[in-house]
Amino acid sequence: MTRRRWQWAIAALPALFLAWFFAYPLIRILERSLRDGNGFADVFGDGGVMGVIWFTAWQAAVSTLLTLLAGLPVAYVLSRFRFPGRALLRAIVTVPFVTPTVVAATAFVALLGDGATSLVAILLAHVFFNIAVVVRTVGGLWEHLDPRLDEAARTLGATRLGAFRRITLPLLRPAIAAAAAIVFLFTFTSFGVVLILGDLRWVTIEVEIWRQATGLFNLPLAAALSIIQIATVGAALFVYSRYQERRSAEISLLPGSLTARAPRTWGEKLLLAGVIAEIVVLLVVPLGTLVARSLTDGIDAYASLAEPSGVLAVSPGRAIANSLAFGLTATALALVIGMAAAVTVARGRGGLSQWFDSLLMLPLGTSAVTIGFGLLISMDRPIDIRASWWIVPLAHTLVAVPFIVRTAVPVIRSVPPRLREAAATLGAAPRTVWRRVDAPFVARAAAIGAGFAFAVSLGEFGATTFLVRPLENQTIPTAIFRLLGQPGSANFAKAMALATILMLLAAGAVMAIDRLRSAGDF
Amino acid sequence: MLRLGDLTIRYGTSVAVDSVDLQVATGEVVALLGPSGSGKTTLLRAIAGLERPSSGTIMWRDADMSAVPVHRRPFGMMFQDYALFPHLSVARNVAFGLEVTGADDVGEHVAESLRLVGLDGLEDRPITELSGGEQQRVAFARTLATRPELIMLDEPLGALDRELRTRLLGEMSDVFRRLGQTVIYVTHDQEEAFAVADTVAVLEDGRLIQSGSPDALWTAPKTEFVARFLGFPVVDITADGAHAETPWGALPCTLPTGRHRAALLPDAIAIGDDLAGTVVARSFVGGRWRATAQPQSGTALEVMVRNRPEIGSDIGISIDPDGWASVGQSRDDDTTEEVQA
Repeated sequence: MTRRRWQWAIAALPALFLAWFFAYPLIRILERSLRDGNGFADVFGDGGVMGVIWFTAWQAAVSTLLTLLAGLPVAYVLSRFRFPGRALLRAIVTVPFVTPTVVAATAFVALLGDGATSLVAILLAHVFFNIAVVVRTVGGLWEHLDPRLDEAARTLGATRLGAFRRITLPLLRPAIAAAAAIVFLFTFTSFGVVLILGDLRWVTIEVEIWRQATGLFNLPLAAALSIIQIATVGAALFVYSRYQERRSAEISLLPGSLTARAPRTWGEKLLLAGVIAEIVVLLVVPLGTLVARSLTDGIDAYASLAEPSGVLAVSPGRAIANSLAFGLTATALALVIGMAAAVTVARGRGGLSQWFDSLLMLPLGTSAVTIGFGLLISMDRPIDIRASWWIVPLAHTLVAVPFIVRTAVPVIRSVPPRLREAAATLGAAPRTVWRRVDAPFVARAAAIGAGFAFAVSLGEFGATTFLVRPLENQTIPTAIFRLLGQPGSANFAKAMALATILMLLAAGAVMAIDRLRSAGDF
Repeated sequence: MLRLGDLTIRYGTSVAVDSVDLQVATGEVVALLGPSGSGKTTLLRAIAGLERPSSGTIMWRDADMSAVPVHRRPFGMMFQDYALFPHLSVARNVAFGLEVTGADDVGEHVAESLRLVGLDGLEDRPITELSGGEQQRVAFARTLATRPELIMLDEPLGALDRELRTRLLGEMSDVFRRLGQTVIYVTHDQEEAFAVADTVAVLEDGRLIQSGSPDALWTAPKTEFVARFLGFPVVDITADGAHAETPWGALPCTLPTGRHRAALLPDAIAIGDDLAGTVVARSFVGGRWRATAQPQSGTALEVMVRNRPEIGSDIGISIDPDGWASVGQSRDDDTTEEVQA
């Protein structure tokens, strides 16, 4: 084949995959929402369903506000002060973000007691998850703001508060807006947390789609809700991207090492202590309680995982094996498809490549429940794979591909053209240039992406819960959910043990990623 | 009048400012001169209230400033690299101090300050679209706008090219004079310090080692550090009242009898017949040539000549007997330093 044909073949693979497993299910959802009795009429005619939409919106708004309030002081302290243990605190803050939703929800069940599910628990769990978004996004900018801007305002007569309000806040505004948009999206599409902690008394659109589709078999209504969900998320993403384009003034940024200093005044030391306390109470205690609860009866809960469980139809141990098998399969599939897509996007220039890039991101903006629901109602044709083992890793692949593309594209693009030119002037043929210059970069990007894909697959709950129809295909998250829904302390302890194991597996994947990352600073 | 008494600023075990005593009279322009890392900026920040002194006093008009927060001190500060607010226009930057302190007639004052620095007409420009020289002027206007009683400038010309520096230095000096402004001007450039200041104070490792008028500093550097910082050769000599044994041989010298660590002032070196040397380098410095002459022994000396000197040609040098400044004891006597070395 010619080089050009190769490029088309590489581009075709992710395109076909998305068309079959993403676009086609969405079309079937749309079709379903309009056929068999109009789903939209049901949505707008039903006060209960309208209440769900209203609740989804306001809990997302409240969660976003609370996350900002909790996250901004942490962002400030972690980006502006130098103190022993800062690196550890930064790591701790990031942990929840990579914690599977089911683990986090289980941790709050452990903390607040079995059955103590409530709105407060939901909001707390949302803050728990998303505080990392605020700290990373806002702190990432704050760390590089020149402290002299604030000091200049002070010497010109502004009070501390005045300088913050007039200088620091406006400069941070793009980052705060971006963080708020992301947190709103995450909490608007929240599924696992609300399903487990809301006890079906507090229901988001995601949970309602799941309930209508799997419990009440009202597919048109579920489909109509999915369309509403997609439209809302799409609109939010559009607004966000427009906002990102109109970034505020170019700010000259300084390296963080120049802006951070030791806390000096009593006020600053008090703030630092408060932030540490907040991190411990909000982030460390829930996960710690989870582990503690799993060990209430020593290692009994862990030992019992090998035994068959009536609730699950299989042993929890089987669920672990399933999760690992699905994870490895999805990682392999996502690597092939994601790297093909990444190479296409990174090599391409101009509009088509950009368009392809945003197309690839769509599954990320689509809620996991919609993906699972879509696969459930569409994969009967042309061949029926709804009950196949492969349906779960395929869904996970869909969710993981954007992570691989996002990780790999910047790395591939970051290979400085001068390196290739230098290699060529040193006598390397084009094929050798690729092998000796590009390949090492690409390989590391692929490894990092693979770590993400594996972690994503392990924790995936929203889509999987639609697709583990033969119960032998249970994954760790779905098994935890089923165990939590059953009475009895034995089931509860097993859920805690499974959640602990899932947490450790996810943490292992993330630690591997971090190690590759830090080794990757060329 | 600003008075610093025994001011010390410590960070952990390192001392940034070490027991500094300094006075700045009303209407006086004082230059703080020293290499980077000598504590100049820290000293300014302490006066502004941005650093907390470890000990010592900062008095303004006989009032202790230590409990006065930054925003209430009657001082203005122009930061190195300007620290202009990137999200505000030129006019809003200049207006900032007036707005936050609730001044009347903000618009009028802004226009006046911009006129003072020759930037009228640029009010609505975003900061990011200004040239380096324009940014410098905006920062200067912003500092002046609130009419602070004392203004401090931290390397205000640091990032600019030579021609612009000369012009802006003249403009700033002019403004200082017109306003009768009390100024502390931080720089590492001696020419800048000498051009702008009534008094030059030299800092070394956080200590104030000499302060005086520019010509006093130039003709009588007190320490070897000051002499070397000004670019003078410093050597050990043994004087007998009329001559001295130097690394270059016996030369005229009126320093008192004894051994000295001595600086040789550049003005004392001229064409003559005290010392023979060979031209090893030359550079044209506008109207004259600077020849680098290598005597038979000792380090090379620089001497100004009218005509282009040929490399490798012989050159005779004379030394003004009054051109020596004793900057301390001879190194040979200073056994402690030998031991440390």
